[in-house]
Amino acid sequence: MSQTILDLDDVSVSFDGFYALTDLSFSLRPGELRSIIGPNGAGKTTFLDVITGKVRPTKGDVTLRGKSIVGLSEQKISRLGVGRKFQTPRVWENLTVQRNLELTASPNKNPFALLTETLSDVVKDEVFKIMEYVGLAPYAKWQAGSLSHGQKQWLAISMLVAQSPDIILLDEPVAGLTDEETSKTADLIKSLAGEHTVVVIEHDMEFIRDLGAPVTVLHQGQKLTEGMLEEVKADPRVIEVYLGESDDD
Amino acid sequence: MKLFKRLIPWILLVFAFFILPVMADKDLFGFSQFRLNLFGRYFSLAFVALGIDLIWGYTGLLSLGQGIFFSLGGYAIAMHLLLVTKNDFTTGANGLPKFFENYGVDQLPFFWEPFWSFLVSIAAIFIVPSIVAGLVGYLIFRNRIKGVYFSIITQASLMVFYHFFNGQQKLVNGTNGLKTSTTEIFGLQAGSDDAQLLFYRITLILLPFAFLLCKYLTSGRFGDSLIGIRDDEPRLRFSGFNPTPFKVIVFIVAGALAGVSGALYTVQSGIVSPQFMSISMSIEMVIWVAVGGRGTLVGPILGAVVVNYLRSLVSEALPEAWLFVQGALFVFVVVLMPDGIYGWFTKGGFRAMLAAFGLAKKTATYPKLDLDESAQSESASA
Repeated sequence: MSQTILDLDDVSVSFDGFYALTDLSFSLRPGELRSIIGPNGAGKTTFLDVITGKVRPTKGDVTLRGKSIVGLSEQKISRLGVGRKFQTPRVWENLTVQRNLELTASPNKNPFALLTETLSDVVKDEVFKIMEYVGLAPYAKWQAGSLSHGQKQWLAISMLVAQSPDIILLDEPVAGLTDEETSKTADLIKSLAGEHTVVVIEHDMEFIRDLGAPVTVLHQGQKLTEGMLEEVKADPRVIEVYLGESDDD
Repeated sequence: MKLFKRLIPWILLVFAFFILPVMADKDLFGFSQFRLNLFGRYFSLAFVALGIDLIWGYTGLLSLGQGIFFSLGGYAIAMHLLLVTKNDFTTGANGLPKFFENYGVDQLPFFWEPFWSFLVSIAAIFIVPSIVAGLVGYLIFRNRIKGVYFSIITQASLMVFYHFFNGQQKLVNGTNGLKTSTTEIFGLQAGSDDAQLLFYRITLILLPFAFLLCKYLTSGRFGDSLIGIRDDEPRLRFSGFNPTPFKVIVFIVAGALAGVSGALYTVQSGIVSPQFMSISMSIEMVIWVAVGGRGTLVGPILGAVVVNYLRSLVSEALPEAWLFVQGALFVFVVVLMPDGIYGWFTKGGFRAMLAAFGLAKKTATYPKLDLDESAQSESASA
C-alpha cells in the first residue's frame, strides 16, 4: 500500500438501483498525473463525488494513504489533502479574486482563526504569485462574478493551487477555454504533477494528448481500459464506446 | 482632501443623530421628548436589524424567529426591574411583583432568583438569547437544514415560545406581559422623561459598538466565509471549511444583538409582552433589513429607523393605513430596489433619478466613465 496514495477498491455507487459506478478499482501513486476520459454518463463525476465525500459508496472502500475515508465529511476529506475543481467553475462571485484565493489558501480553517489571525506574508505572496502566473493579477480587486468564463476557470484552478492539496481532482478544467488558454492550462497542470497527485477529467482529446499522461477510460461505471492515449485509442472497445469519435481530433 | 469630503456627510450624520441628542437636554433642537423617545425606540430596533443582516444578508439564512431573542432580552431586563423596584405600582402585598397576586403566587418562581442582581440581569440580556440561539442553531445547522426549511423551523420555534409565554400567567404574567414603566432604575422612574432620555443616550452609545462588532465580523476572512456560505456552501466544504460553526456563531451573535435590542426597546416602550414574539413582528424586522439594504451594515440601521419613523408618521395621519403602506413599501423595494435604499443609493440610483428628472447629466455608460473628464478627452481624441 505504501506505493499508492489513493485507492478505490471494488467501489459501487447506486442511485435507487441505477449503478453509476460498478465494482470500480483504481489507484494512484504519489505525484502521478492521470487523465480520465469516458463518454457522457460513464460515471466520471460520480467517481470524484465518491473520493471527495459527496456521495457514499454503496459497496467497496476508498482509502487515502492506507486509511479508509468512507463516511467522512467533505471538509474532513478536503483537510486530509484532497482538492477538487468542479465541472462548472465554482467561485464566490461576490468576493474579489484576491479574496477568493486568500480564503482557500487559509492554512487554518476554523472560524476563530479566521477572525483573529491575519494571513501570513508567505501565504499572501503565494497568492500573488499564483495570480501573476495565471494572469489574474490585474483583476485582483475585481469581483469574481464579473470575470469572463475562461478567467473563472483559471480562478477555480488557482484556488485549488492556493489550497495546495496533495491530490488535485480537476473536472473539465478546459471547458470553454480558447486553444491558447487550453495549452497554458496543460502546462500549469504538468507543472503541478510531481509535487501533487493530479487527476484530470476531460473530453478534449487534444488537451489529453498535451498532458501526455496515462489515461483511464470509464464506461458505464466500469473501468474499460488503462494505458497511454495512443494505446487506448487503438483499443477496439474504446472505439466502439466512442462510436468512432476518438478519430475526429 | 478627497477623503475629508467623503467623510463630511458622515460626520454630520453622526453629529445629528448621535452626539447632539446625547448632549441634548429636554426639548432642545426641536427634538421634543415624545420624538426623542420614539427615535430611541427606532435606534434600539436597529440592533436586531443588524443581527438579521448578519444571518440573512451576509450568511443567506432567513431567520423568521428573531422575535424569540428580542423578547428574551426584554423579559430579562423587565424581570430585574420588577424585582428590585419597591413601590405601590409594582410591588404587591407579599413583596413580590404585583401581578403574582392575581394568580395567588406567593413563592417567587426559581428562574426569577438570578434577576435580583443587576449585573447578572445585564449579562442575561445577551447571554440567555445566545444560549438559546446556540442550541437551536447547532441542532439546525448540524443537520444541514437550510433555505426555506430553516425559515420554517425558526418561525415554528417562535410560535412555541409565543404560546409558552402567553400561557404562563403564574410565571411571567402571560399575555399581559411585564410592565416596566412604573419601575425604578438608577433612582429614576423608568417611564419618566429623565429616564427616557437616559435610555436614549445608552441606545445611541451602544449602537456604534454593535455596528463595529458587525464590521469586525464581516470585514475579514471570517466575513468572506459567511458570503461563501451564502453564495456556494458546498464549495466552502470542499475547500476544507466546516460551515456549521460559522453559522452557529453568526446565529448566536444575531441572537445576542436581538436580546440587547429587546431590552432597550422594552425600557423605552414601557412593557414587554408575548406580542414581541408574534409572527408579524419578526417578519417586520426582516422587512426593515430588506428596505434598508441587506448585505451592508448601514442598510439595516437605516431601514429600522426609516421604516419605523414612517410608521409613526403614517399612523399619526391615517391610523388604519400603515399595514397597506408597509406592504406597498416592501413590494416597491423588492421590485425596484433589490439592494434596499442604501444599496440603491451607493450604486448610483440617486444620480439616475436626478437624471430622469433632468437635474443631472444623463450618463450613457458608467457614471465613472461618462463624468470623468480625462476619460472623456481620451475618447474624444481617439
